[in-house]
Amino acid sequence: MHIGMLYSRIRLEEKWLLEAARKRDIQVTKIKDDDVHFELDSHNGKDWEKLDVVLERCISHSRAFYALRFFEQYGIPTVNRFEVCRMCGDKALTSLALASNKIPTPRTSIVFSRDAALDVMEKMGYPVVMKPVVGSWGRLMAKIETREMAESILEHKSVLGNYLHSIFYIQEYIEKPQRDIRTFVLGDEVIAGIYRNSKHWITNTALGATVSNCPLDDELNELSLRAAKAVGGGAIAIDLMEVEGGYTVNEVNYTMEFKNSVEPTGVDIPAKFIDYIVSVAKS
Amino acid sequence: MTECPECGYKLELKDMEQGEIFSCKDCGVELELFSLEPPVVKLAPEEEEDWGE
Repeated sequence: MHIGMLYSRIRLEEKWLLEAARKRDIQVTKIKDDDVHFELDSHNGKDWEKLDVVLERCISHSRAFYALRFFEQYGIPTVNRFEVCRMCGDKALTSLALASNKIPTPRTSIVFSRDAALDVMEKMGYPVVMKPVVGSWGRLMAKIETREMAESILEHKSVLGNYLHSIFYIQEYIEKPQRDIRTFVLGDEVIAGIYRNSKHWITNTALGATVSNCPLDDELNELSLRAAKAVGGGAIAIDLMEVEGGYTVNEVNYTMEFKNSVEPTGVDIPAKFIDYIVSVAKS
Repeated sequence: MTECPECGYKLELKDMEQGEIFSCKDCGVELELFSLEPPVVKLAPEEEEDWGE
């Protein structure tokens, strides 16, 4: 078995994955995304034919997006697949996938102009949440409480530069019990769940949320698997919120980070991850 | 052994992976182990807009 690991930086997750692979005597070739050079019809001299599977661990969504498409072109299986990256990397596409599979998710609107954004927010009722369609770690998310705040944030977005900031992703605000839930799906199994606890409305661990184990009930299990399947399946982290009568799926992540989740859950996520990658390669 | 490019602190690079991110124990700056042989350490890149999960 020979895994190629496409990476940007060796963080704790990548280090653990390398260790887990080496413990199983699996050969790993590290492929730094800074150094790759893709040609349309060849590997450009790289010895990638020998790889059974490529594990994508880029930090940058745009690099992952193109790299996965090239590996797909070369016929090399990847975790995750290009289509999964495309769906999860764009919040609008994720929301559409969830909705079309009848998975509960917050009410969401996409608009392209300032006036339409204000109109949607007024109709949705404040507070609302505005997120970049591409982005992670809670970056540039805004909880908008009034029309005046909305006007300011829309003005700021208009000068941010990236054209994607003129695609306004607006979502109803969900009152959370000072926590949300993240579940980790590998193929057909939900291997672990965590609560991300924070007094802040943004509960990303990147912004300081603390982590504790979340027992997986039947509904959480089923919803997580359905959400993962909706975006194409694979190694997926699902973010859910507790609402009256159950859960709602907030976001779906395709390059899962888990360094804060191994200890509280007691689950050896890197080991299970490597086992999953091997199963993809063999299939 | 090499030096932190920010503060000159002597960095020990035992049991590390090429590409690994770590903090300088002295000044706290985030560093990337760019090469093991010879040991080369650079300042880790700044976060970009499409970074994440």
